[in-house]
Amino acid sequence: EAVVSTQSTGGSVGFHGDVLTLTKMMDARLKQYLHTHGKEMPCEAIAQMLSTTLYYRRFFPYYTYNMVAGLDKQGKGCVFSYDPVGSYERESYRASGSASAIIQPLLDNQIGFKNQSNVDTSIPMTRERVRDLVRDIFAAASERDIYTGDEVEIAIIDKNGIETVRYPLRSD
Amino acid sequence: GVQAVQTFQHYFKQINLSMASAAVENFLKEDEEVKGFSFENCRRNAFLAKQGAEMPKARKTGTTICGVIFNEGVVLGADTRATGGSIVCDLNCEKIHYIADNVYCCGAGTAADTEFTTKMISSKMELLKLRTGREGRVISALRMLKQYLFRYQGHISAALVLGGVDVNGPALYTVYPHGSTDKLPYVTMGSGSLAAMSVFEDGFKLGMNEEEAKNLVFHAIRAGIVNDLGSGSNVDITVIRKGNVEVFRPYQVVCKKSERAGDYTFPVGTTVVTSSTEMVPFSALTVTDEEVMEIS
Repeated sequence: EAVVSTQSTGGSVGFHGDVLTLTKMMDARLKQYLHTHGKEMPCEAIAQMLSTTLYYRRFFPYYTYNMVAGLDKQGKGCVFSYDPVGSYERESYRASGSASAIIQPLLDNQIGFKNQSNVDTSIPMTRERVRDLVRDIFAAASERDIYTGDEVEIAIIDKNGIETVRYPLRSD
Repeated sequence: GVQAVQTFQHYFKQINLSMASAAVENFLKEDEEVKGFSFENCRRNAFLAKQGAEMPKARKTGTTICGVIFNEGVVLGADTRATGGSIVCDLNCEKIHYIADNVYCCGAGTAADTEFTTKMISSKMELLKLRTGREGRVISALRMLKQYLFRYQGHISAALVLGGVDVNGPALYTVYPHGSTDKLPYVTMGSGSLAAMSVFEDGFKLGMNEEEAKNLVFHAIRAGIVNDLGSGSNVDITVIRKGNVEVFRPYQVVCKKSERAGDYTFPVGTTVVTSSTEMVPFSALTVTDEEVMEIS
């Protein structure tokens, strides 16, 4: 997990060598932007830049599955998810990794309110609810996926900055 | 019926598969009992696999199992996780199987194989006990297991830790899927065997008492649970002494499911009722007409 600015963060899994290299490259480009323009790169711009960076290596790809999350220019939360060669989409929620098949349906239900009726979708999610939800989701995933476990690090991004909190998970 | 059979056999003979023809004949003999494994689906499965169809994965107990001899008997230990690929199938499965009152067996490998193999040998041990009028011996179970597994040339993926106490004293063996065996004072098997063995190599000594032996086995299995991805959940221990067996299931819960932080109860009305039918209980039905039929 890499913190790339005060309003955005990114996550990368897969081949660790490429994870580190990609992170380094993105870090450098973000610093360049900050020094050239005197302000931080907005989240949507970071998202597009990552896409082009990945596609640049179309014929010898970075073996990484990426996500970028943060606040957009309007101050609303955004999540972008990628495939290894740079195809990306803005979504309100996404799970990726070995336990993605377990987690994604749970997100669909709890955040997308799918397969539920008579739900008041106008009530916004509170910070505590989301933090507890993510923690419980990872606890559930580590029950059934052998690769998920030990600890989860959650980064909560709002206009005041990024708060990171860690919770222990099943260590087996 | 008969015509269909003849056409079927004719078809097979046409494309010169005499083995298939014989198999079909055998299959159609209704009074003959099919013993042992049935290989009917082998040709079809090979054909489908060539076409690119994915064969279903057998559930494995990616496992940590171990055993240790102490001054009065044997301590067997196992974890409780069963996996199918990278998903946990069973969070609390039983890997220490009963063979006889004085003989137990831990099983690693394909879950179905360990289950059926140990059940079968347990059954044979009971028959042997009745035939001889004597308490079963660990070495008898060992012989039966190795001769059975060797016959199947390793295709039955069962790696076992067999332990017990009989007239010759405490005994501990490992049995490998191809049929080889080892007689040792401390043994580990399964994907977590390296983690468990490292604990054993550090802490084993001859002539331990029961508490020391249980503690060693617990730490060995725990090492497997924490460090090996294929092992997890709880530690089960079985202590076999002369005339007495103690089963600790679980001996210790290493990883408990964490408390849920949020509330996920769905309020009434989340699932919309589109229509409902009232179910009438059987007793509420009234008999209007009765007719007794004869079976001739």
